[in-house]
Amino acid sequence: MSDLVDTELAVVRSDGPIRRWLSVDRLADIGLRLVVLGGVFVVWLLATRAVDSIFFPVPTDVLPAVWNDWLTDSTTWDENIVPSVVRLLYGFVLAAVVSIALGLAIGRSPVLREMLEPTIHFLRAIPPPALLPVFLIIFGIGDLQKVMVIAFGVAPPILLNAIDGARAVDQLHLDSAAAFQIGRRGRVVKVIFPAAAPNVFAGLRVSMSLAVILMVISELVAATDGIGFRIMRDSRNFAYVDMWAGLVVLAILGILLNAGLTLIERRVLRWRLL
Amino acid sequence: MEIVVTTLLSADDIHHPYSPGKPEEHRALGGISFSVQEGEFVSIVGPSGCGKTTLMRCLSGLMQPTAGTVTMEGRTITAVPDDLTMVFQDYSRSLYPWLRVADNVEFPLKDQRLPRAERRERVAQALADVGLTGHESKYPRQLSGGMQQRVAIARALAYRPSMLLMDEPYASVDAQTRESLEDMLLDVWTRRNKTVLFVTHDIDESVYLADRVLVLSKGPSRVIADIAVDVARPRDQIDTKADPRFVELRAEVARLIRDAGSNPT
Repeated sequence: MSDLVDTELAVVRSDGPIRRWLSVDRLADIGLRLVVLGGVFVVWLLATRAVDSIFFPVPTDVLPAVWNDWLTDSTTWDENIVPSVVRLLYGFVLAAVVSIALGLAIGRSPVLREMLEPTIHFLRAIPPPALLPVFLIIFGIGDLQKVMVIAFGVAPPILLNAIDGARAVDQLHLDSAAAFQIGRRGRVVKVIFPAAAPNVFAGLRVSMSLAVILMVISELVAATDGIGFRIMRDSRNFAYVDMWAGLVVLAILGILLNAGLTLIERRVLRWRLL
Repeated sequence: MEIVVTTLLSADDIHHPYSPGKPEEHRALGGISFSVQEGEFVSIVGPSGCGKTTLMRCLSGLMQPTAGTVTMEGRTITAVPDDLTMVFQDYSRSLYPWLRVADNVEFPLKDQRLPRAERRERVAQALADVGLTGHESKYPRQLSGGMQQRVAIARALAYRPSMLLMDEPYASVDAQTRESLEDMLLDVWTRRNKTVLFVTHDIDESVYLADRVLVLSKGPSRVIADIAVDVARPRDQIDTKADPRFVELRAEVARLIRDAGSNPT
């Protein structure tokens, strides 16, 4: 019996991360993706050349601008990229902390669920961008308002997934903890939280994409800095190359944020990957 | 040598409806009384649906009986008592899939403010007791069912209760694994001076393991027989089961269960 388990494990080990990364399948996979991405670039190039309009600059102008006017420009970092990323992270983390705590509590308490679920679904039905004018009145035109728009907008997926996760915790997991006299606090931290973690991360992933969208939207109105503000300004100043480059920067930002989250998820949910 | 017999756990006329208001109400505890002495190995068998799991939940303090009392070391149980823990049938749901084997075993110790070295020592000893040394850093799902149940038992042992309640712990493993788990348990019980209350629906198993077998009736269940197993220890899967006294006792228990109502499942 134990020998069998050992051999199974050995197979898992020899097929470790490095070998999997370098496998032929994987390389073919990466190759295919690069080909498709290259195709998109070619279509973009041909289409903009055919149109030949200042509104649609060719990618061979846009991509250098991504590098020169955005990624290697210190003023752009100080006035656009950093303020945006800071707001996004504040909003995201604030929403995550509050939604996870609230979600676990609601998921474990039928009384809270009955009380709060209609309210949650009502608030969730409001499109977050519509909150913008209201939040401008409540929180002013500063960073707080933008952080709050992001936080409110990204909270629902995290909250609802945390509720589902906490609800679905196996009763036997809790009984086992009770059989060892693990107190209420211990049960929340050591049983309910890890058991709900896969659902919570599903929510966080959805919310991360939402966060980028809401960050941009919040910066289109009453803003003096940020990526969204810059794209808007470039558009008004007829700096269309920089405007298009801003969109590419947003895509890069989205990819990086997602990669960061995936990295954390892989660490926390390591046990599920085996 | 003077033998001092101390009652560790006793149930006094406990009643509990299985599920109040539902048709299953007949699956109830109808006044169960018995006691377990320190150091004893007691089995409980009964026909299916006799409320064995309900009984175990009441005895462990996870659930309160609607009438009657359970006492542990003379004190009435209202919550899970200090010196007792439970091993559940469904090991795959009882263990935490996100914790490695050693962390699962250490799980109950972290709340007890034990020093790190002491915790390590207990984990190592418990894993050695169940024969799982070397599997510390695996996750439960990387182990076979029998090994997972060993982890669950090691977790209970590391907690070092004087009493273990085991609710059909071997019901979902194959026959051969079951035999080796039975012998492992007897070995640990002897070496670590535990008191064990073992619920099973397997008549052979109940007689093979125990000093006493309690037979329950069909619900509302009561204890209809308390049979002393006067078969020599250490027991052996082949020799003990061929012993005429063992055969006689197993037949007696089987007859009692058949007469009690339905066949055991």
